[in-house]
Amino acid sequence: MSTATDKKEAPQSQAAAPARTLWGDAFARLRRNKLAVLGVIWIIFIVLVALTADLWAPQLLGSPTEMDTTQAAATSKLPPSLEHPFGTDALGRDVLVRVIYGARVSLTVGLLATAISTMIGLVMGALAAYYGGLWDTIVMRLADIFLAFPYTLFVVVMLAVMGQGIQNVFIAIGILGWPSIARVFRSTILSVKENDYVDAARALGASDVRIITRHIFPNSVASIVVYATMNIGGAILTEAALSFLGMGVTPPNPSWGIMIQDGQQYLATQPWLMLMPGLAILTTVLAFTLLGDGLRDALDVKMKDA
Amino acid sequence: MADSNVLLRVEHLCKDFPVDKGFLAKHSKNARYVHAVNDVSFDIAAGETFGLVGESGCGKSTTGRCIMRLTEPTGGKVLFEGKNIAEMDKKALKSMRREMQFIFQDPYASLNPRMTIGEIISEPMVIHNTVPDKAERIDFVRELLDTVGLNPEHINRYPHEFSGGQRQRVGIARAFALRPKLIICDEPVSALDVSIQAQVLNLLTDLQKEFGTAYLFIAHDLSVVQHISDRVAVMYLGNMMEFSDWKTLYNEPCHPYTQSLLSAVPIPDPDIQGKRERIILRGDPPSPIDPPSGCPFHTRCPIAQAKCSQEKPELREVLPNHYCACHFAEPNPIKESSIEL
Repeated sequence: MSTATDKKEAPQSQAAAPARTLWGDAFARLRRNKLAVLGVIWIIFIVLVALTADLWAPQLLGSPTEMDTTQAAATSKLPPSLEHPFGTDALGRDVLVRVIYGARVSLTVGLLATAISTMIGLVMGALAAYYGGLWDTIVMRLADIFLAFPYTLFVVVMLAVMGQGIQNVFIAIGILGWPSIARVFRSTILSVKENDYVDAARALGASDVRIITRHIFPNSVASIVVYATMNIGGAILTEAALSFLGMGVTPPNPSWGIMIQDGQQYLATQPWLMLMPGLAILTTVLAFTLLGDGLRDALDVKMKDA
Repeated sequence: MADSNVLLRVEHLCKDFPVDKGFLAKHSKNARYVHAVNDVSFDIAAGETFGLVGESGCGKSTTGRCIMRLTEPTGGKVLFEGKNIAEMDKKALKSMRREMQFIFQDPYASLNPRMTIGEIISEPMVIHNTVPDKAERIDFVRELLDTVGLNPEHINRYPHEFSGGQRQRVGIARAFALRPKLIICDEPVSALDVSIQAQVLNLLTDLQKEFGTAYLFIAHDLSVVQHISDRVAVMYLGNMMEFSDWKTLYNEPCHPYTQSLLSAVPIPDPDIQGKRERIILRGDPPSPIDPPSGCPFHTRCPIAQAKCSQEKPELREVLPNHYCACHFAEPNPIKESSIEL
């Protein structure tokens, strides 16, 4: 059957080039984005510090929760020094160790809340977009209802019902975060499912499940990865806001929001009490945003100049 | 028309798309519809190539999609080997799709960018479990790649590493993976460079010779259809205007619309091209939402008369096996339109 072949049209590089996957390409592009790499390094650093904190932080800097009442007067509100790099708070606790343990809360809430939102959002968005019609109307109006309430107020109400505690915080943030993810996913699917390759799969006799998992999902997931990454930063901010309002993690457990709330009264005299956890929030949220931004560029199939 | 080896018979196929969305609009009395396909009938014999031509928006692609049930037809029958596709349930439809495949117009949109071409071509075999053994399947894909003129070593590459012509070859390999009896080619070469078009058409012809596949070949380019078809049908505004074997149609077009289309095909001989008379149609095609009364072509027809706007002409046999939907059709009334073949 080689009569039909026409080697003129054959690819320019007949020599076997290594097969590159799209995810491999994306990784190569991400690595050249300096800001995104910076974000990744910062996130990895924070995660490592938070995970290993038990092994070294209390020995070096003291307990993040227990206060030394006998020496409270002598050790409280010390300015940053070699012994206490971020200073100490009103109860004589080291601010650095509290920021480190606060990272655990922030990262847990950020990741788990986003995971919950993403899972609900993916299912809802897929239902709305793939089946359309009545499903679309139900899911999207439900999303509108969720979005119509002031977000923070809604979370506060949910926490008031469920009670405080870190797991309730990420559950509440996670459950309330799905509408925007569902919307992003729905619009992506709507554009992806118009592609001929989806029709091609249908013409081949592929089942709905196969079309969704093999054709639509892999081509829509990029936008969700980007959105979810940025959403982590948003969830961290929400947790901080909740703790600041006294609805989040219960004292004496450290959380960046609680620390800012504790520190606000000393803003004029001991600014590091508020500044340090504030900087921790700023850099971490920024790192997730930079990573999300880099992922968006890296996952764009059209930018295949790698 | 009644032939014993008829593979596909389309009877009075209709497809209307509602213009207004929403429950109330759809159920109101004056709901408007785009009449994309209007009472189209034809049949395709095993192993033949049936060309379907017409300008953009005339419903030729919708016809193809309705046959494949990628679009649900609103009326009529599509009989594949005697079974009505329009009424099939999911299971019957799946087994029917083993016998009938589709080649898409846009080679860039029709291949999933996240799958290797090996995965793309083996997908039909996975879905229908025709080649359960994985190693065997890979061998089969390599063989197919070789058959369509691609390097089997590129089995693990992604579509974006290929040119338009090569991607279309991948699409063809996928369509042939199940050895179907019928392939609907929806303008398979119109998105390709002219130099590549001929190669892909030759490939399709060679594959047809080898596997005896029937083609429904949809195109807007008469010269492409002429290159490949046994019989040709001309559509206008969702209606079938004329159909016949291609030699008769090209040499003795009966319908004034076919005549005008053929007069627009350039003849590669300046003497003839300079002398012949072009029939230039006035105006644009009417809107398919509100098609003209009577003959759909009467608003632009050079020989239209009063009767044409009142009475819709039926397809009638003007010459043996040559059907034409025109009240005043006569074989070859415009001599200059004949093409040297």
